Amino acid sequence: MKPIVVLGSGLAGYTLVRELRKLDRDVPITLVSRDSADFYSKPMLSNALAQGKSAEVLVATTAAEMAKQQGFTLLQHTEVLAIDRERKQLQTSAGVIEYSRLVLALGADPIRLPLQGDAADAVVSVNDLADYARFRKALVSAKRIAVVGGGLIGCEFANDLAAAGYAVTVIDPTAYPLSGLMPEAAGKQLLAPLAALGITWRFGVAVKAVDRDSAGYALTLTDESTLPADLVLSAVGLRPRTGLARDAGLTVNRGIVVDTHLRSSDADIYALGDCAEIDGKVQPYVLPIMHAARALARGLAGEDAQVVFPAMPVVVKTPAHSVAVLPVAHDAVGEWKILAEGSAIKPGIKMGFFDAQDQLKGFVLTGAYAGERSEMVKQLV
Amino acid sequence: MKVWQCVVCGFIYDEAVGLPEEGIKPGTAWADIPENWACPDCGVAKSDFEMVQI
Repeated sequence: MKPIVVLGSGLAGYTLVRELRKLDRDVPITLVSRDSADFYSKPMLSNALAQGKSAEVLVATTAAEMAKQQGFTLLQHTEVLAIDRERKQLQTSAGVIEYSRLVLALGADPIRLPLQGDAADAVVSVNDLADYARFRKALVSAKRIAVVGGGLIGCEFANDLAAAGYAVTVIDPTAYPLSGLMPEAAGKQLLAPLAALGITWRFGVAVKAVDRDSAGYALTLTDESTLPADLVLSAVGLRPRTGLARDAGLTVNRGIVVDTHLRSSDADIYALGDCAEIDGKVQPYVLPIMHAARALARGLAGEDAQVVFPAMPVVVKTPAHSVAVLPVAHDAVGEWKILAEGSAIKPGIKMGFFDAQDQLKGFVLTGAYAGERSEMVKQLV
Repeated sequence: MKVWQCVVCGFIYDEAVGLPEEGIKPGTAWADIPENWACPDCGVAKSDFEMVQI
């Protein structure tokens, strides 16, 4: 019997395997990963530093233990070169693998900005455990860190680095933190608490060039000012890994296009996680992955299971000023309203997004209000 | 009182603090949380949590 082959050992791949094994102990599964396939919590990469956690400590379960616990064939350090849909085979660096059904849990690549300068290639991004290990090594001799990008990951890293004692500058061309997720009145709540931790904010400018100088790096910004740094961390977003699927002729848009059954344009190939565009949406967060993995596991076990996403608030791990947000689509019709505001002693804001019928469709909770997530979810219509 | 951490998303459950907004009182031991409880951040089951420190 040909196995179900899962490509990818991140949260999506492993959660799928775990959920499928709860339903079916016997179906053969092969998991292919281009890295070591050790299991770790990716969200912790951006808040492990202040807790003093090394890359080794972040490994929750080694790949070998996972394979033993869950009962699958493990192929580590294996690159998949092509999918032969007609023969239902994969060409890999470890030879040909046959599949009965194929699950793409390939993840996403960090977006790299086109930068000028002789040190543009020295800009780091932290998107997996190996990146994190290199990042920790580079931090040993660094003091001044430039974080490029003031979105969720940029703010989390900035908070973590500042809490660990580094001098952090965040550079972002928009006007305020987390601008892709929330309105200005909410995003601005992060300014003072994170500045108090030692973070310097530079909004309204972008990085043009990164050059080496005698002390480290010199960043040139679009307003022609310069900024010295010992390490430049880029956190400007993720791009779904779609190349393999596109080469195989599968329908690809922003992500690998799948329906609510997680099925691609090939009935035997599925996708989930950061590489997938499920029912028109790319949702690179933990909760959507968990829901998609459960639905797909049921589907692979023979049920007719569609993924239904409940309201899935996103938590921004900035302990200096906690944030929970249920974002709305950029083209959503309605209005953000301030529902409550904290004080100088207890800063924070509670905002809701209301549609034309005055129904709550999204929210932001920061600081003193961050704990009201469940209550807000209950008020959604 | 112990502190537990979700192996998937890093969510921390501190027994001393509880989760009052979910009806779990401060001081509730991990063992006393219902088996059908799930991590509020990522939805993993109680059995998928791991202890990080005492």
